[in-house]
Amino acid sequence: MYTLAVCGGVLIGLAAAWMYLSLGRIAGISGIVGQAVRDPSALWQIAFVIGLGIGGLLVMAQVEPAAMLPIDNGWLMAAGLLVGFGTRLGSGCTSGHGVCGIARLSKRSIIATCVFVGTGMVTATVLQALGVMPS
Amino acid sequence: MKVLSALLAGIVFGAGLVISGMTEPGNVIGFLNLAPGWSPALILVMGSALATAALGYRLAGRRLKPLFDEVFHVPTATVVDSRLVGGTVLFGVGWGIAGYCPGPAIVSAFALDFRALVFIAAYLVGTIVFEVWDRRVKLKAALADG
Repeated sequence: MYTLAVCGGVLIGLAAAWMYLSLGRIAGISGIVGQAVRDPSALWQIAFVIGLGIGGLLVMAQVEPAAMLPIDNGWLMAAGLLVGFGTRLGSGCTSGHGVCGIARLSKRSIIATCVFVGTGMVTATVLQALGVMPS
Repeated sequence: MKVLSALLAGIVFGAGLVISGMTEPGNVIGFLNLAPGWSPALILVMGSALATAALGYRLAGRRLKPLFDEVFHVPTATVVDSRLVGGTVLFGVGWGIAGYCPGPAIVSAFALDFRALVFIAAYLVGTIVFEVWDRRVKLKAALADG
């Protein structure tokens, strides 16, 4: 499992490096989606998002599906709203800050990554301990 | 070429997210939940991804410009402000609730995972709400400046 984690991570890093080499762009997913939402004619942004789906489906066709954690729809909606608004206000998500930003040694991204990993851990640990979320 | 390059980057990125297991929220919660059975997998994914990206950035940075554009589009902001911290707190809380960040959720939504479809619908609403709110705030600031 850890081998797959590292292999998957290397692929993500290669994709980020290719985005920079070819387009000179940061592979930050929330930023790319934000640009596509602002301007629906943003072609390379839409191509990137479609690529995510194609790449994911190609691999999913080869591997056995993992056990699926059931999550209540209300929690999913709350989480989606927070992640959508929060990643735009904070200029990035796990990819833009956590992978690309830290790779560029950006002070903002290093701090942002500590903040979202910290708040994510507190939130998940508290909700799981209270037993309001399945695990 | 820009569109094809971005498509290729997306394909490799999406494949990496599935191979690494990050498209299953249970694996993400397994890292964020500090409890017995804790899994370090997410650190390995992020660590190997950022190490690879860092190497790629260094090599690509030797060029004067990217292959298919005239300039490198690097974020210029350097100040840690309330927007960065506040937005990231909101994101972290949302991530901790469901174990979804944008990339893995988009991939799973394409696979018609119902959890991801619900999440992505709300995520897009959140993104649009931000755009509307941000425009109002900036317009007000511009008016105040005269």
